[in-house]
Amino acid sequence: MKKTYIILALLTLAAILPIFGKGNQLTCSGSTTVLPIAQATAEAFMDLHPEVNISIRGGGSGVGIAALQNGTVQIANSSRRMKSKEIAAAKAKGINPTPYAVANDGIAMVLHKSNPVKNLTIAQIKSIYTGKIKNWKDLGGANLPIVVISRDVASGTFEVFNEKALAGAKVESSAQLLASNNAIVSTVGSTPGAIGYVGLGYVTADVKICTVNNVSPSETTVKNQSYPLSRQLYMYTNGKAKGDAARYLLFIQSAAGQAIVKKQGFISL
Amino acid sequence: MNSYKEKLFKGITYTASLLAIVILMAIIYSLFREGLPLFKVTRLSDFIFGSAWYPTHAIPEFGALTLIAGTLSVTLGALIIAVPLGLGSAVFISEIASPRLREIAKPLIELLAGIPSVVYGLFGMAFLAPLIRDWFNLDTGLNVLSTSIILGIMIVPIIASMSEDALSNVPKNIREASLALGATRMESITRTIIPAAKSGILGSVLMGFGRAIGETMVVLMVAGGSAQIPGSIFDSIRPLTSTIAAEMGETVMGDLHYRSLFALAILLFLLTFITNLFTELVFLKRSKR
Repeated sequence: MKKTYIILALLTLAAILPIFGKGNQLTCSGSTTVLPIAQATAEAFMDLHPEVNISIRGGGSGVGIAALQNGTVQIANSSRRMKSKEIAAAKAKGINPTPYAVANDGIAMVLHKSNPVKNLTIAQIKSIYTGKIKNWKDLGGANLPIVVISRDVASGTFEVFNEKALAGAKVESSAQLLASNNAIVSTVGSTPGAIGYVGLGYVTADVKICTVNNVSPSETTVKNQSYPLSRQLYMYTNGKAKGDAARYLLFIQSAAGQAIVKKQGFISL
Repeated sequence: MNSYKEKLFKGITYTASLLAIVILMAIIYSLFREGLPLFKVTRLSDFIFGSAWYPTHAIPEFGALTLIAGTLSVTLGALIIAVPLGLGSAVFISEIASPRLREIAKPLIELLAGIPSVVYGLFGMAFLAPLIRDWFNLDTGLNVLSTSIILGIMIVPIIASMSEDALSNVPKNIREASLALGATRMESITRTIIPAAKSGILGSVLMGFGRAIGETMVVLMVAGGSAQIPGSIFDSIRPLTSTIAAEMGETVMGDLHYRSLFALAILLFLLTFITNLFTELVFLKRSKR
């Protein structure tokens, strides 16, 4: 819900800002996961460089990439690497997408606090989400049916989870699909048999994180990629970034920018 | 001067009604223009009778049967709850309550219709669903039952208010004739007045049906969101409306997933259109009489 408000506020800003803007206009759109990073770093950057005007929209990784392909934005935010199909489509339009990593993020597997299960292997997670294991007692837990909770299939978080944990397999149809990270945390927190996954920045004290392949998601394990469900977040530009876009991206990757990334609940590069 | 004013007034109202129709037509046109291209890729029968909804998978599947089943199950559930409650309160207000009580009760029930659906959704998610889960000892309270109850409460005011109008419009001579023939109050209500107001009551039920089938916020929050055909009232489901709302935000304009959501919207539009048409016919029949 909170995210919706942020998106709405940004959309309004995006509509109003160009009226007042005199300086150089920089537009980015894409992943809602990257949105808080982009927004917070853009504010800090514009404080340092008042002549630059950055407007940021959400919409999802796919939307941002399509906008970059069509040349309507200078920067596309994406919570995943571009697919080869998307790169081919961009090249066909004369656009040469170039990735800039801006942050690290881990996808945490979350359980209800009363659940005694401490660790799951990737194979077990896959069996749970494809409906092969249906009860916690098969995983060393209580005799309790598993309530499988997933994100909507259009979200970037789902795409990364689908690739890294499920190897592209289909989530069973009785899984509950929820619309946001926050909704998953609150549902898992109130459902004893539930399992869900969220971006590390969204985990609260209402749920319990379980380790994956005996690795717990932490700053170190996500950074060195030893945690299996870790990912990098990207901003894509057309060709090598130039001018204001280059300065903005450099700022995000600088120590000051990465401090903001950490403050938003993500893990620095 | 007067005739000039008359003409202007006529012109303004005429333009207003014409504009409403033009906008409606434009919406229908864009719905079909964006949605129909899906059927170049997916067969219509696979779309309606396929039960796998995996729009973003590497090999996407667009089977809407589970979504249609989800929508129909909660709408039916809502009617099962709302029709007795709505009709009951309509009979009480129109036939049994004292005039003073009627003056208070009717606006109060109509006030219920003004509560925003997101408030109903919050109530369902935060209070009703955990309650249902504990009562029936379930894994999750976000299911057909909770959704039906909330949707049912939402449409009670529609059914109650419109049925009450229909009951009050039953001519006085019919009531008096019935009582004069020796019928008790209950007999006269069930055998004479309700049958006389039949088409108005049916119209109110269809109106409630149309409202429940198109409701988005409540089902998005309370139905759980599993794309499956419900085996019991304790299963989570995913109606058409919440699928469109949840997925539209992150689709790329013009791609297959985007088209498939418009195709769902066409289905939904046809369902509500047919209901409204039916309602209209029922009412027309009444007014002709």
